[in-house]
Formats: sequence, C-alpha cells, structure tokens
Amino acid sequence: MVQTVKTQALDSAIEGDGSPAISLDAVSKVFGHAGDATHALDRVSLDVARGQFVCLIGASGCGKSTLLNLVAGLDQPTSGTVTVRAKRTSLMFQESALFPWLTASGNIDLALRLDNVPRSDRKDRVHELLELVHLEDFGDKRPHELSGGMRQRTALARALAQQADVLLMDEPFGALDAMTRDLLHDELEALWTRTGLTVLFVTHNVREAVRLGNRVVLLTSRPGRIAQEYPVASGRPRRIDSSQVAELAATITDRLREEVRRHGDPRS
Amino acid sequence: MATLEAELAGLDALELSVPPRKSRASRTWTTIWPKLGAIAIALLLWQLIVWSGWKPTYLLPGPVAVFQTLFDHLGDYVSAAAVTLQRAAIGFAVALVTGTLVGALVTKSRILRSAVGSMITGLMTMPSIAWFPAAIILFGLKESAILFVIVIGAAPSIANGFIAGVDNTPPLLVRAARMLGAKGFTAFRLVVLPAALPTYIGGLKQGWAFAWRSLLAGELLVLIAGKESLGRDLDTARQFGDYKAVYATMIVILVIGILVDSLVFGQVERRIRRRYGLVDAAATD
Repeated sequence: MVQTVKTQALDSAIEGDGSPAISLDAVSKVFGHAGDATHALDRVSLDVARGQFVCLIGASGCGKSTLLNLVAGLDQPTSGTVTVRAKRTSLMFQESALFPWLTASGNIDLALRLDNVPRSDRKDRVHELLELVHLEDFGDKRPHELSGGMRQRTALARALAQQADVLLMDEPFGALDAMTRDLLHDELEALWTRTGLTVLFVTHNVREAVRLGNRVVLLTSRPGRIAQEYPVASGRPRRIDSSQVAELAATITDRLREEVRRHGDPRS
Repeated sequence: MATLEAELAGLDALELSVPPRKSRASRTWTTIWPKLGAIAIALLLWQLIVWSGWKPTYLLPGPVAVFQTLFDHLGDYVSAAAVTLQRAAIGFAVALVTGTLVGALVTKSRILRSAVGSMITGLMTMPSIAWFPAAIILFGLKESAILFVIVIGAAPSIANGFIAGVDNTPPLLVRAARMLGAKGFTAFRLVVLPAALPTYIGGLKQGWAFAWRSLLAGELLVLIAGKESLGRDLDTARQFGDYKAVYATMIVILVIGILVDSLVFGQVERRIRRRYGLVDAAATD
C-alpha cells in the first residue's frame, strides 16, 4: 500500500511539470590522468523528453557507452550534472547479460525478486513478461539453449520486469543477424508505442537509429561532443528499407564519414 | 502484430532445431570404450615388461598373478579401504569447510587478500610429505597427524578455487545485477556465488587429488597400531616381501582415486558445466 502511494506521488511529480526524463548538463568524462588523459565526453548537454525514443550514434570512441553508463548511474561524470527523473531505470547490453545458471523464467523472476515482488505474484508476472516478448513457450530454457535474438528478448523482458519507465539500450541488437534484428525493431517499436517508455538507444548502425528514433543524436569522437541532431519525421510503424529512412540515413552517414575523415587527417 | 508474432515464432523454430541426440546406450559406449582400451593397453605393456625378463617375476609379477592376489584377499582390501576412505571423507570435509571459509574471507577483505592470497598458492607448492615430520612432532603418531596433513594439503586448492571463481565473475553479470538493484551481500549470494560455482567445483576436484595423495603418504609414515589401512597394507607387504600384495594394493589405491575423481567430482562438474552452457551439449561425453 505504502509502495503504491509513493509511486503515485512520484508519477505526478514526474509528469506534472513536463520536465525531461533525462537531462545532461555540460557533462564531461575524462579517463586516465593528466598527460595521457582521454576525454570520452566533452561538455555534452542533452535532454530526452518523457516518452521519447532517442538514438545516439557515432563512430568508435565517441563515448556512447560512457554516456549510457553515466545515465544508468554505473559511473560518475568528471564534471557537469546528469539528472534522471524516473521511477526506475533499466539498462540492456549488447550481450544479453542473462544469468547462465537460471532459465529464462528464472532470470525474469530474479529481477522481480530483487524488486520485492511477493512470491505469490511472481509466477503470473513472469508469464506476462514472457508473453510480452513472445517467448511464453521458452520459459524453462536456459540462456545457452536460446538463440541470440531470443536471449535479447528475454533480457528485454527482464529489463521491463522492474517497471522501469526509462530504458537504456547499449547496442542491444549489434550482435544479431539482419533478419532477427528487423523483427526485434518491429517488436521494440510496438512495445514502445504501447507503453510510453522513454528510450535512450546507442548504436553504430545509422539505419537502425533512423528506423527507431524520434531523434538521432550524432556524437563526434575523441573528444565525444554532440555534432548534430536530426529529428525523424516519418510516421510509425516504419520499415528499415523505406525510402524516407534510407534518405535520412544517407545524410547522417555522410556527416559521420566527415567526422571519421577528420581523425585520419594528420594535419588536424 | 499477428504477422510479427508468426514471424518471430517461425524464426525461433528455425533457430532452435537441433540434430537428434544419440541414444543413451550409444553415448555411454562412446565414453567407455576409449577408457577400456587404455586400460587394456596399460595391462599389455605391463605384461610385455614382465615377459621381457627385465626383473625376476618375484620382484615384478604379471597382472594375472597380481589380480589373483587381489581377488583372493578381497575382503581384507575392502576393510582396509573402508578405514582409508573414512579418513579421506573426514579430512576432505574439514578441508572443504576450512578452504571455503578462508576463500570467502580473502575475497571479502582487501587486506587479507594481499596478506594471504599468495601464501595460499605457496602452500599448494609444498609437497604434503614435507609436512609429516612437523605433524608427527605436534600430534604424535595419531589420526590427527594424518588429518592435519590432509587438510593442509587440500584446503589451499579449495580456497583458491573459491577465490578464482569469485574473481572471474564476468563483469557484465555484475553490472547487470547492479542494474537490477542487487547490492552487497544479496548480489554476492544471488549472482557472484552461482557464477563462481564451476571454478569452485574445479577447486574441489583438485583438492580431492591433494587429499588422497596426502592421506596415502600419511598412512605410510604415520603407522597407527592395530589399524589396517591401504597405506599400512602397502608398507607391511613390502616389509614382508609380499610383492604381489604391494602391486595389488597400489591398484586398489589408484582405482579408488580415479573412481572418486570421475564418478563424484567429474559428474558434478560435467553436470554444472552443461547447465551453465560451458560445453557444447552435443559434444559432451
């Protein structure tokens, strides 16, 4: 009961004032010490509105994953502030990060257990979550018995188990084959449309970013700065092979290549 | 939406189709025949050495004569083995508790780790037989002297297995656990311990080998009056010049060591590795 009241209070606090779910204000992150320090992020400012789907894109070393770790609270910025206004934040990795000694159901159940969901409610919740990712027949399989795509869907169900309203995704489909990835794009889009989650999605695949995001944010490499933002106007559901997606992806790719060339030029 | 569901289900079905596994009998046979073959070759080599006349047969009897002795006195060997195995079980159990406790303390404390961490590995390089003079001085010619050496021989492997298992927990799983809200002891119990299990079992297996070796060395050196054991039998047989019995006892010691290793620890290890997906299910024996 106390839990419910607290959540409702939080709801109104969060949704009432229209403030963004994620705010980064002049965030810098430096690794190493003076002399050979790496500026992973340099004064990055970014707002993600509630319910928005934002994709971060950039070449290697642009600090995409660093940024996600900061938002997830797994790391602290060197300077600047990170504000996350969420009941709960979830993070999905490129590898599913499922616990190999537990079945698909067991992994989801553990998330619920750590969220203090009573045992009597957990079984039904696990089933609901498996249904959400269309894996209700595979609950008793262990991660190594599932395909890469099924593992990521299980990881998605586990991430959603704790009723997170902000979902951070670190190249979650990067290791999947194209066919599976396309289907998971459809699934994620449908899920996002239904639930109103706020999603911050990191990828190095430009088409994927345009396929999924409301906004695509392009980061430069070393130091990681925001180079440009692209709103994605095309309606949903989208297709990765639609001409609108292809056109915007081409523009972004050109800009990205320009960035990469800058690093190959010895005079710069 | 319905299309998406159908497509996902189709893809899942395609990706999970695995070739049918061979029958249990045929798998067992595949496992066993190389082992039987190796034993046959070893016995044959033994017999060839005997036939070569390198040593007179009263010093090096052939396998047939040795197995004859073994079966003639099977009852004696069984009762001696029972005494030895009881010591092994007690010693290993104490080593298990000690090693696990030490391992747990070392993983939890930075100071202990730098103080004791390398010493544990150092202890493992100490031949167990070198402990016996001290053990006899401290405990006398008693069970406790043997027990002491078993524990000091086996516990470091077990502690090391525990420490290595905890240290090698994939950082990704630790991050995932943190994102799910597991902290401190909860994270340790629900994520780190299960992740450490395969390596820990490996440590137990190695600990068993050390315990068995220490025990037999102990039974040869620490002769406790009136108590027959495998080590004692071995020594008595040598002193009385009953060389067939020497070889027969050696075979019993070897067979018990191998059986416990493969049937107890090997089985547990294989089951856990398969469960964790650490082996290709189709390729396991």
